[in-house]
Amino acid sequence: MTEGLALIAPWLIAAGVLFFMAGALGLWRFPDVYSRLHALTKADNLGLGLLCLGLACQAASVSAALKILLVWGLVLVASSIGATLMASTALARGLRPRTRRGSRDS
Amino acid sequence: MPPILAAMLLLACATVGLWRIWRGPTSVDRMLGAEQLSTLAIAILLLLGTRLAQPALVDVALLFGLLAAVATATFVTRTWTRLHEAQRRPEEAEGD
Amino acid sequence: MSTFIIGFDLLLGAGLLWLAWQALFHPKPFAAVVHFMAFGLVMALVWVRLEALDIALAEAAIGTGVTGALLLAALGRLPNGATPRLALRPWQRPPVALALGVVLLLGLWLAWVAWQLPRPGLSAEVTAALPESGVRHPVTAVLLNLRALDTMLELAVMLGAVWLVWSLGPELRPYAPATALPGLPALTRLLHPLFLMVPAYLLWRGSHAPGGAFPAGAVLGAGGVLLLLADAVPWMQRPDRQPLLRLLLSTGLVLFLGLALGGLLLTGTFFAIPVAIAALAILVVEVAAALSIALMLMACYLYGEPGR
Repeated sequence: MTEGLALIAPWLIAAGVLFFMAGALGLWRFPDVYSRLHALTKADNLGLGLLCLGLACQAASVSAALKILLVWGLVLVASSIGATLMASTALARGLRPRTRRGSRDS
Repeated sequence: MPPILAAMLLLACATVGLWRIWRGPTSVDRMLGAEQLSTLAIAILLLLGTRLAQPALVDVALLFGLLAAVATATFVTRTWTRLHEAQRRPEEAEGD
Repeated sequence: MSTFIIGFDLLLGAGLLWLAWQALFHPKPFAAVVHFMAFGLVMALVWVRLEALDIALAEAAIGTGVTGALLLAALGRLPNGATPRLALRPWQRPPVALALGVVLLLGLWLAWVAWQLPRPGLSAEVTAALPESGVRHPVTAVLLNLRALDTMLELAVMLGAVWLVWSLGPELRPYAPATALPGLPALTRLLHPLFLMVPAYLLWRGSHAPGGAFPAGAVLGAGGVLLLLADAVPWMQRPDRQPLLRLLLSTGLVLFLGLALGGLLLTGTFFAIPVAIAALAILVVEVAAALSIALMLMACYLYGEPGR
C-alpha cells in the first residue's frame, strides 16, 4: 500500500506542475479578463490539488497528510469565491466580456 | 519528479504572474497575477517542506491561503468601489 | 541537485529585486500596491530559504496580508486618476540631497557595524539560558523573556500607530461596493473557523517551534478585517462600547508592564520573570498580546476614531 503510494506520488506532482503551466499559459495568452480568470482559478486549483495529493502520499504521518490536504481545501474555498467576487465586480464596473472573434478586448 | 525541479518549474510559471501584475491592463488582471503568485508560493512551500523535511513550512502555506482571501475581499469592497465608478467615464474603465 | 537550489535562489532574488523596484517606481499606484503584495510573498519565500521560519510566518501574515489590505483600502480613498509626480522646488533640493546622503552614510555605517559583530552571534548564550526561560523555542525565549523589553516597546509603537490613525478624525464610512456581493458573507463564514483555529495553533506552537504572538495576532487581525469588510462587527463602531474597545486594545501592553513590575517586586530586577512561573506568565502575556495586536490591526483599518 505504502509502496504503491510512493510510486504514484511523483506522477501526481508532475501532473500538478503541468496544470500550473497550463494556468500560466492561460493567464499569459487569453484575450480578456474573464477567460484569464477562468483559466487561472480552475487550472491552478486543480494543479495544487494534484500536487497536494502527491505530497500527502509522501507525508510522514496521516496528520501531516491531512494538514497538506487542508491547505488545498482552504485555497479551493478562498479562490473560487474570490473569483466570483472579482468577476461580478468587473462586470458591474463595465468590463464587457469578449463575445465573438475580432471584437475589442475590454 | 524531484521536488526541487518541480519548484523550479513553478518559479518559471511565476514569471507570467509577474508580467501580468506589471502589464495589467485592468486592475483585475493585476490581482489575478498576485493570486497566481500566492498559489504558486503555496505549492513551492509545500514542495520545499517535504524536500527540506520542515513541517512548519505547511503553516506558512496555510497563512498564504488565508490572507489571499483577505486581499481579494478588500479589493472588491474597498478599492474598486462605486465612487471610483462615478468619477470615471466608461471608456476609461479598462485602467485602474 | 545543488545547482538546482542555487538557480532557485538566484531566481528568487532576481524576482525580489524586480518587485521592489516596481513597487517603488511603477507609475500607477494600484500596480505599485499589487507589486508590494507580491514582494511580501516572495520575501516570505526568501526568509524560508534563509531558515528564518519565524520571520517568514510574520512576513506572510503582516507583510503580505494585513499591510496589503490596508494599502488597497487606502487606495480606494484616493481620488481617481493620475497622481502628480513629486516635483521639488530648487531651494528644496540641497536639504533633500543632504538628508539622502546622511541616510546612505548611516546605512553604510550600520552595515559596517553589523559586519564587525562577533560571530556566530549570541545563539550559544540563548541556548544556555533556554532552560530558565520557561519555553523551548529560542526565538520565543528571546522575544518574551530574555529581551521582553523590546517586544513590549513594539506593542507600544503599534498602540501609538493606532492613536495616530484615530487622531486623523472620525471613522471613515466605507464606500459601497460596485455591486451586491453575496459571496462575501459566505467567504467569511467558511473561513472564519480557520481564522480562529490557526492563531490558537500558532500560539500553542510558539513555546516549542516557530509561531508565537505576532503571527497569531496578525492572522486573527486579518480575520477581523474580513469581518469588518462583511460588516459583521458593529460593536466596534458603537459609542457605548468604546471603553471596552480601548481596554482590549491596551491589554497586551498593560499585562506586559504588569509582568515587568511584578518581576521588579519579586526579584528586584525589571522584567526578571521567576523560573517557576515563567511558562505560565509567557502564555498569558502571549495570548493577551495576540488579542491586542489583532484588535490594533482592525482599529487601524477603521481609518479614524470610531464611535464619534
